[in-house]
Amino acid sequence: MIEQNLVKVGMADLNIAVDGAVLRTTGLGSCVGLTLYDPVSKVAGMAHVMLPTSDIARESAINVAKYADTAIPELIGRMKDAGANMRRAIAKMAGGAQMFAFSGQSDSMRIGPRNVESCLDMLAKNMITVIAQDVGGNYGRTIEIDSSTGILTIKSVQLGIKEI
Amino acid sequence: MSLFSRFEAFELDVLKEVGNIGAGNAATALSRLLDKPVDMAVPKVSLLPFEEVANRVGGSEQVVIAVFLRVEGEAPGNMFFIIQEQSAKSLLSQLLALRPEEQEGYSEMELSALCEIGNILAGSYLSSLADFTHLTMAPSVPSVALDMAGAILSYGLVQYGEMGDSALLIETTFLEDRQELEGHFFLIPDPESFNKIFKALGVTTE
Repeated sequence: MIEQNLVKVGMADLNIAVDGAVLRTTGLGSCVGLTLYDPVSKVAGMAHVMLPTSDIARESAINVAKYADTAIPELIGRMKDAGANMRRAIAKMAGGAQMFAFSGQSDSMRIGPRNVESCLDMLAKNMITVIAQDVGGNYGRTIEIDSSTGILTIKSVQLGIKEI
Repeated sequence: MSLFSRFEAFELDVLKEVGNIGAGNAATALSRLLDKPVDMAVPKVSLLPFEEVANRVGGSEQVVIAVFLRVEGEAPGNMFFIIQEQSAKSLLSQLLALRPEEQEGYSEMELSALCEIGNILAGSYLSSLADFTHLTMAPSVPSVALDMAGAILSYGLVQYGEMGDSALLIETTFLEDRQELEGHFFLIPDPESFNKIFKALGVTTE
């Protein structure tokens, strides 16, 4: 893969890419890597969502990229500023795994599936269609979206590379 | 993050000692298992941005073997015992005379053995810590994973996510001679546990 114009998205972080740049986030476990793409203006956005809702936030200044309910509106805003028409936007997402399985799980240990549910809710509210997802399981993922094609590449240790 | 910014150097030293006692006992347990001397680095206590936690074991995408235990009781938290694949193979061959070099990956048996080793070490870490602080700390059933360090460690950071973008962790590194075997212990107490640990040790916090 040619590593030109690679934009790294950290944990609890979000960013957008234009002009064929590639967005990448590594080591998604229970976090969700959510990507939005406008195929006409070729603007891509990615958020590495860590928690489902900002209602549980106890921090004084909220990091909007961390929570599904705040990251998605922020990402939509940033993409609009970059010239995307969000009515055309499509979503793809990956992650939300359950890294370790335990009996008698508390809610905080089910964080992966809850992140996924919350992302789907927020996308539905913003009328963005999810065209592909690779979520759940018990393994980590690294994902990349190419802003020239909108193809999302997913790498994992056990299953290798796949594209959606 | 106000909870942690007011930690004094003295309090960080107390946490270092916590790591020292726990990991010291775990190192002794490992040394007995292997019947070889095991060295231990001075524990590090750091408040790290989430992004950097995985860098401590080779980066977010580094494939590692991790044994995870949830610590339950009066001072809950998350505990990881993390080893690189090379160290895992060496551990298996030394302990069980398993020769895994030929095939890729790990058998059920090998993963189960590694999980048990992690369990023994974490158990001795926690029980010495519980003795020292007189707090109950019971490890959950251990769980083992072979995966990217970032994906594994982020699981232990969720409790911190609600209150900031960094986590306080107590880290200790083991080395068996000639560095054939390197293992990392991460104890990530829940944010609420710190005051309990300090109180149990007679350190006053306002």
